[in-house]
Amino acid sequence: MATVLVLLDHADTGALRGSVLELATAARELAGPGGAVHGVWVGDEPLDPALPVLGRHGVSVVHAVTTGDADPLLTPVLAEAVADVVRAAGATVLLALSTFENKEAAARVALATGAGVVTDAAAVERDAAGRVVAAKTVLAGTWTTRCAVLTEVAVVLLKAGAVVSSHVEDEAPLAPEVRPRSVAVTDRATRVRVVERTAQAPSDRPDLSSADVVVVGGRGTGGDFGPLEALADEVGAAVGATRVATDEGWIGHEAQIGQTGVTVSPRLYLGFGVSGAVHHRGGMQASGTVVAVNEDPEAPIFEIADYGVVGDLFQVVPQLTEELRRLRRG
Amino acid sequence: MRIVVCVKHVPDIQSERALGPDGRLVRDGGDGTLNELDENAVEAAVVLAEQARDAGGDAEVVVVTAGPDDAEDAVRRGLQLGADAAVHVLDDAVAGSDAIGTATVLAAAVRHLGEADLVVTGMAGLDGLTSLLPAALADLLDLPQLTLASSVALADGTVTVRRDLDHATEVLEAPLPALVSVTDRANEPRYPNFQAIMAARKKPVTVLTLADLGVDPATVGSAGARTEVVEAAPRPPRTDRVLVTDDGEAGRHLAAWLLERDLVRTTPATGEVL
Ligand SMILES: Cc1cc2nc3c(=O)[nH]c(=O)nc-3n(C[C@H](O)[C@H](O)[C@H](O)COP(=O)(O)OP(=O)(O)OC[C@H]3O[C@@H](n4cnc5c(N)ncnc54)[C@H](O)[C@@H]3O)c2cc1C
Repeated sequence: MATVLVLLDHADTGALRGSVLELATAARELAGPGGAVHGVWVGDEPLDPALPVLGRHGVSVVHAVTTGDADPLLTPVLAEAVADVVRAAGATVLLALSTFENKEAAARVALATGAGVVTDAAAVERDAAGRVVAAKTVLAGTWTTRCAVLTEVAVVLLKAGAVVSSHVEDEAPLAPEVRPRSVAVTDRATRVRVVERTAQAPSDRPDLSSADVVVVGGRGTGGDFGPLEALADEVGAAVGATRVATDEGWIGHEAQIGQTGVTVSPRLYLGFGVSGAVHHRGGMQASGTVVAVNEDPEAPIFEIADYGVVGDLFQVVPQLTEELRRLRRG
Repeated sequence: MRIVVCVKHVPDIQSERALGPDGRLVRDGGDGTLNELDENAVEAAVVLAEQARDAGGDAEVVVVTAGPDDAEDAVRRGLQLGADAAVHVLDDAVAGSDAIGTATVLAAAVRHLGEADLVVTGMAGLDGLTSLLPAALADLLDLPQLTLASSVALADGTVTVRRDLDHATEVLEAPLPALVSVTDRANEPRYPNFQAIMAARKKPVTVLTLADLGVDPATVGSAGARTEVVEAAPRPPRTDRVLVTDDGEAGRHLAAWLLERDLVRTTPATGEVL
C-alpha cells in the first residue's frame, strides 16, 4: 500500500503556497486505491487554517514537524526533517514544488534515503510495472522526456501548474490526523547562520511560476512597464521580465524568466520588446501559445512565436488592451 | 588557502542540442564548452584567491571535472580564466552519472586533493539544469552549504554570501571550510587575453581514474543511476504560425485572435485572482 508524502510549502502566515494542492491531487493518483496521502509540514507556523483544505484534497495525515532551535528555512535542516518523516511514514514517493530551495533539500533527502530524484517535472504517473515515471521538458524546452525512478523511494519535484488541482468527491471532507513530531537535526545541518532575511512583499498578481497567462517585458520597454501592467490587469496575468529588464532595475529580480530565473509554462506567453535570447527561451519555450511583439523582424523570438507582430510595443500593447476591454465588455 | 572549483563540460547552448536513443545528451560534434554558469564559479574563486594573495597569504585555485576525453576542454578553459591547476576524472564508468553520481565522483576528487578551504560550483549545469549537485556535494563533503550566491566575501575564516530566493533575500555566513554555489549575478567573468591563454598551456592537468579515487564504479555512472530516461522526443514544431507587420491595427487583430482561441478569459477581469 503506497504512502505518498507531499511537502507542504507555506508562508510564515501559515498560508499554503499556491500549487501545494496540485501536489496533493497528483499524490492521490500515485497512491492509488488503498494507498494514502500524507503531508509534511515543517515549522511552527499555524497549521489549523490549512487542515480542512488539505482534507478536501485527500491528505489523511499531516506530520507537523518542529526542529527546535534549528531554522527550517535552511535547506539542510528541512532535508533532515523531511527525510525523517519519509522513513517514519514509510513513504515511497515524496512530491514537492520545484523551487531552488526544494531542489537543495531533495538532493540531501536523496542521499539520506537512497531515493532517485526528478526535478522540474511537468507530470507524474505510474507505469505498468508500478514505477514512478515523470515527464519533463529539457534543453530549453526543445525536447520532452519521460524519466523512470529506479529506486525504492522516488522524489519528484513538480513545476507549479503541472497538475490541475481537484478535491475529493466524498461528501464529508476528511479531517486530517495531525501527528506532531520533533526532529533533532544534526550539527552538520546548522553550521550556516542566517545573518539577515528579508521577505518579498506579497503581490496582488498571480504567482509568476504558476500563472495561466504571463506578460513579459524586455529591453524594448525602455523601463516603462505601465502598458504591460495595464494589459496584465485586464487579463489577470502575472508580469515577468528578461534579465536585461531586471538588471536595469525596472522590475524586481524575482520577475526574471529564463535559464537562471523562473521557468514558466503558462497557457499563454506574451512577450514585448523581448529578443528571445537562448537564455530567456530556456525559461519559457514550454509555454502553450507564444505571442511576441518586436520591432525587429529578425528577432529570434519570432522563430518560436505562434503569433508575431513586427511593430512598436507602445502602439500595439495599449491598442490590444483597449480592444480586449471593448470586446469583452461589449 | 586552497579553493576547488567543480566545473562541467556541456554542449554549447547556442548549438543544436539533442538526446540520443538512450536518453542521454549527444556529446559529439565538438561544440562542447565549459558550462557558462561555471565561468562565474571560476571567476569568484580567482577573485577570492587574488584578494587572499593581496593580503599576503598563499592561495591556489584548482578546477575539477569528471567526464569523457572532451571534458578536458572545460578545465583548460578554467585554467585560461585564471585557475592554477586542474584535475580531470576520466573513467568510462563515469558515463551516465546522474547528479548524485556526479557529486559522488567530485566529492572523492576534492578529498583526494587534500584540504580544501572553499569549494565553489556554478548554480546549475546548462544541460540538465537540475541544481541538485551543489547541495549533494556539500552533504557528501560534510561542508556547510551557501548556495545561489549573488555575492561572496571571505574574511577571518568566515564566508558570507547574499542570495535572492523566490520569497526572500538572505545573507548567510559560515566558518570555512564551506561550499558555495554562485549565480550568474555574482560577477562578470573575465575574458582571457593571449597571455592568459599561453600561460594556461603550461599549467598541469592531472588525470585520475575512479580507482585512484577509491570510488566503486557500481555506485556511479549508469550502473549507479537512480533514474533512467525511458522516452525522449524533440518537441514538435509550432504550426499555423502568424507573423504580421503592424499596419496600425495589429493590436486589434491580436485581441480578436486571442479571444477566438479562448486564450484569455472572455469575461472581463473583476480584480479577483484566478
Ligand atoms: C549565463 C547567462 C544567463 C542568462 N540568463 C538569462 C535569463 O535567465 N533570462 C533572460 O531573460 N536573460 C538571461 N541572460 C541574458 C540573455 O542572454 C539576453 O541578454 C537577454 O535575455 C536579452 O533581454 P532582452 O530581450 O530584454 O533584450 P535585447 O536582447 O536587447 O532585446 C530587446 C528587443 O526589444 C526590441 N525593441 C526595442 N524597442 C522596441 C519597441 N518599442 N517595441 C518593440 N520592440 C522593441 C528590439 O528589437 C530587441 O529585439 C543570460 C545571460 C547569460 C550570459
